[in-house]
Amino acid sequence: MTFSLYSFLLAGTLLCYTLGMLAGFVQIYRTSPKTSTAENWLITCGFILHLAAFGWRFWESRAFPVTNLHESLSCFSLFLAGVYLWISRTAKVSILGSFINPLTTIVMVWSLLIIQPVQPHPPSLQSFWLPVHVIFSFAGNALLAMTCGLGIMYLIQEHLIKTKRIGRLFKRLPSLNQLDQLSYTCLSVGFPFLTLGIITGSIWASLAWGSYWSWDPKETWSLITWFLYAALLHGRLNSGWRGKKAAILSIIGFVAIMFTFLGVNLLLSGLHAYTAR
Amino acid sequence: MNIITLGVNHKTAPVEIRECLAFADGAIPQALQLLKEDVGLQERMILSTCNRVEIYGTCEDAEAARDRLVEFIGSFQSLPAARFADNLYFYRDQEAVRHVFRVASSLDSMVIGEPQILGQLKEAFALASEHKATGLILNKFMHRAFSVAKAVRTRTKIASSAVSVSFAAVEMARKIFDDLSDKTVMLVGAGEMCELAARHFVNQGVKKVLVTNRTYQRARQLAEEFDGSAIEFKDFHSQLDRIDILLSSTGSPSYLIKPEHLAPALKKRKHRPIFLIDIAVPRDVDPAVNSMDGIFLYDVDDLQDVVSENIDHRKQEAERAEALVAIEVEKFLHWLESLQLTPTIKALRHMAEEISQRELEKTLAGFPDLSKKQQKKLEAMARAIVNKLLHQPITYIKERAEYGEQLPVEIIRQMYKLNEDGHCEEDES
Repeated sequence: MTFSLYSFLLAGTLLCYTLGMLAGFVQIYRTSPKTSTAENWLITCGFILHLAAFGWRFWESRAFPVTNLHESLSCFSLFLAGVYLWISRTAKVSILGSFINPLTTIVMVWSLLIIQPVQPHPPSLQSFWLPVHVIFSFAGNALLAMTCGLGIMYLIQEHLIKTKRIGRLFKRLPSLNQLDQLSYTCLSVGFPFLTLGIITGSIWASLAWGSYWSWDPKETWSLITWFLYAALLHGRLNSGWRGKKAAILSIIGFVAIMFTFLGVNLLLSGLHAYTAR
Repeated sequence: MNIITLGVNHKTAPVEIRECLAFADGAIPQALQLLKEDVGLQERMILSTCNRVEIYGTCEDAEAARDRLVEFIGSFQSLPAARFADNLYFYRDQEAVRHVFRVASSLDSMVIGEPQILGQLKEAFALASEHKATGLILNKFMHRAFSVAKAVRTRTKIASSAVSVSFAAVEMARKIFDDLSDKTVMLVGAGEMCELAARHFVNQGVKKVLVTNRTYQRARQLAEEFDGSAIEFKDFHSQLDRIDILLSSTGSPSYLIKPEHLAPALKKRKHRPIFLIDIAVPRDVDPAVNSMDGIFLYDVDDLQDVVSENIDHRKQEAERAEALVAIEVEKFLHWLESLQLTPTIKALRHMAEEISQRELEKTLAGFPDLSKKQQKKLEAMARAIVNKLLHQPITYIKERAEYGEQLPVEIIRQMYKLNEDGHCEEDES
């Protein structure tokens, strides 16, 4: 039963992510180098197990494993963990993990709840463009999730400073400027990925379905999302949108992303339907 | 042998008493000499600061030493003992060690966590050891106190947050801007507190200081002090877009800075945030500006709240520090105990007998045919060697101990590695 090794790896991943998330919560209550190292270590372990599971699934199904909702959620969670690890290593923003790892964990739980064995997939999914499209889209989504997490942190910290509540959380959260700058960095890297995701998607669509753009709900929503982020980036660059305004928009943008990614499939129907629901 | 501590501090004695009891630096060498001759302290040191006067020492009879100490202080400072006897505290052994560790870690200070006391303690110790008033025990004691203080500073957050209003302003600015080095500060008015806060900002590396005042002359003076530039008072509103931090402390009876002044400035600076610190009473800045996006306003009361929050935080951290201190006190007492004669002799014998027993067993195992009598002979020989080898060193440390010398005991312990508990020996400075 190869299926059981796969689920075993994913369960290990979820365990690591969950413990890492809890270590992050402890971080808010009482910072210490120990919990911080534990958090990092656990997420790294989870990520490695996750990568192994992903590789195993890839080898097993002979196709890039994002062919159903279970696999897609798992892949998104993998990207979230990867992007978080990369950013926490380079940017040193304290307690970012406490805001990102819960999302990673929830997506992972959902993915495990609907775990499925490998199934034969339609020929349209056996394409070189599938991994390209998916990697760009998920990297963009994960980076924009960071932007959203940082936006939430910004709004909390801004509120604490304005209302003069100088407590534990205030002390743990980074400065407003750090949050705003890092959020901008994630946006300016994430947006090109999102754009490339849409472009490669439409190239793939033209090869698979014979048309670059067919206005199915997923395509429409991804365009709406793209415009939201384009507006945010433009505002930041030219009109001095920053701080609170930018934070709110980055949260709205991520809600749109999640709707494009999941809501469209679960609520509306179209060409992008996952093979199993 | 006892370790004793006697003294007064800001909690037990008012300043009138403390200033009478304080030792001038120049008088300390003489006092150290008298502490040996008149009081009978073998090792001794004096810590005298504006918040505390304390004498640390080692002696054979703690109670007698206490009475003689009070007498000595009274005559040395020409103050009748009755005037200060009630303000004194006296600790011995465990309590004394705990007290000194707490003092060094700034847990006993007026503002918990302020680091000056450690430096003062180091100076007091240096002075005493310069005059050969310290020996094995106080040296170890003080070095241990310094390393406890260091551990408390690095392992707890006891000194991490601002406890003055002017420094709290800098701390808040850091939470908004992070890096202050490319920031511009404007002083409106020239109050003392404003100046102090501005100095903190300059120390934290702000790039530029602008000063404005109703009397331009005063503004120029102050600007020169900060290497900044002065601005005419009537023009300062037009400069608001250039500044990131504003400190205000004028005597104006009405609001000087209102939302309508800040709105155009914000627009001009592309909504980069401005941090306003209003130290004036009555206030200079309309509180309504705090609800503008990108404007952060703190008045004196707000900063005071930050300070008291930070002091609370230090108190919480102090509890963790106390736990650290308690562990270190135990360790130090353990070392002190080891200096006593009887346990050392016991440990030495135990070690030697163990070696001889082991060797004997090995040898006997090689000769299975030996008779009982022959075995007994060999055993007796081994025992005799051990006893004869140990006789001289044991007599020696016993003799020296009668003269109150602990060093030979310590040397024996180190030579034979008799300290089972290794971390008693690690030392940091």
